[in-house]
Amino acid sequence: MGQLVQIRDMSFAREQRILFDNLNLDIAQGKITAILGPSGIGKTTLLKLIGGQLTPSSGDILFSGESVCRAKRAQLYQMRRKMGLLFQSGALFPELTVFENVAFPLREHTQLTEPVLQTLVRMKLESVGLRGAEQLMATELSGGMGRRVALARATALDPELMMYDEPFAGQDPISMGVLLKLIRDLNQSLGLTSIVVSHDVTEVLEIADYVYVLADKTIIAQGTADEIKSNQDPRLVQFINGLPNGPVPFHYPASDFLKDLATQ
Amino acid sequence: MINQIQRIGERSVNFVTQLGVAGLMLMSALFSKPNWKFLRLVGRQVHNLGVLSLPIILVAGLFIGMVLGLQGYNVLVSYGAEQSLGTMVALSLLRELGPVVTALLFAGRAGSALTAEVGLMKATEQISSMEMMAVDPFKRIIAPRFWAGVLSMPVLAFMFSLIAIWGGSFVGVDWKGIDSGGFWSVMQASVDVHQDIFYGFIKSTVFAFVIVWVALYNGYYAKPSSAGISEATTRTVVNASLLVLALDFILTILMYG
Repeated sequence: MGQLVQIRDMSFAREQRILFDNLNLDIAQGKITAILGPSGIGKTTLLKLIGGQLTPSSGDILFSGESVCRAKRAQLYQMRRKMGLLFQSGALFPELTVFENVAFPLREHTQLTEPVLQTLVRMKLESVGLRGAEQLMATELSGGMGRRVALARATALDPELMMYDEPFAGQDPISMGVLLKLIRDLNQSLGLTSIVVSHDVTEVLEIADYVYVLADKTIIAQGTADEIKSNQDPRLVQFINGLPNGPVPFHYPASDFLKDLATQ
Repeated sequence: MINQIQRIGERSVNFVTQLGVAGLMLMSALFSKPNWKFLRLVGRQVHNLGVLSLPIILVAGLFIGMVLGLQGYNVLVSYGAEQSLGTMVALSLLRELGPVVTALLFAGRAGSALTAEVGLMKATEQISSMEMMAVDPFKRIIAPRFWAGVLSMPVLAFMFSLIAIWGGSFVGVDWKGIDSGGFWSVMQASVDVHQDIFYGFIKSTVFAFVIVWVALYNGYYAKPSSAGISEATTRTVVNASLLVLALDFILTILMYG
């Protein structure tokens, strides 16, 4: 099985803060790859780099063997037709109905007749269990429903790569279960390649074929879910078990607190 | 001293960078290939920016015309030249007040709305999601709004002038009793299509261009927070209004100087 996405010696800095330093990472075709790591490590940034919305300071990102970073604007937009990104916020268009939100990419990129378009949109909505909600406005949806509609919209153009940005954040257990099942089912039924970026360790390890754990600007562990669980790296043990203190400090770097109080 | 020079340098670099980014955005908007879908989007924005601005433009035009009529009459009557009221009202409106006041109102009503709308779309990741759906936001969001603004404002300015002239005639003819035939015929004889109406049209097109450009740039590059959007909206109204007034002076020199 080939690699759909290849990240090669990629570094990225934002406002003098280095987020990635010589990162190398492969996303295998047809698999669900999870990227785990604590908040603020740059997981969402990594998805935006793969999608070409940000440009790395050095190194390269290849999608289907083509460079995302060096692609011209038109070429990049062509590549994005093969990518779907589920935003953490859903990023639905609030002034449109659920149906129109899902129909949006189809209307923009295809010349489908209205009956065919309606059938396609309903199929997409059926796959996320929300065909009955097609006439609701996007603003009337709960967080979980909104994310499912966004998922239907992101898969509307049948992408090769689906990227999920924190899909379980702020979800109740039922919604979380539904989303887990959807990610797994869609990956199988549509033959997708999926990248799930998350810090919900237990849930992600359930569905991931391969896992990367990011910390300290680079990958600190990688392997199958079982390999990650049995890894004894103290940084990983702290992250997987949710320990407040360890190699990743609880406190943001600051000067000595007592000394600060004394000088005040 | 060195710090001050450094700060001036930094500001200059920022200004030139911003100008470059705004220029690129404008180019993308100007060179969008028109098709039916695009024209439909422009039509919808003409409704949002133009039609919905009509009430404020017409009401303001009516009052300004009436005030102009009254003030003009009071001055002209002391010289026995009240018959020239039509000329005074029409020329001041078509040459100056029509384009300028409409532009200021348009910056306040439509410019601020544009900045807030686009800024909020950015803050709620709608623009990012569009990019990831391979839909170019410059073509889908910026270009239709740009063209709609440029098309709407000259029409609004012309309607402003029309209703204001009617307001002037209402005060001069119907209230103060100037001869109706005299009012309209003197106006007709003194208003030149090229010098007055066409130049007014050019002015309002230039103002529209600047207002919409400033508004869209500020919205698209607003900081994605409530304070950022509010700041961007204020910046749009202030910058666009000042630019309109400065450009009016330059255009007036070029046209009538």
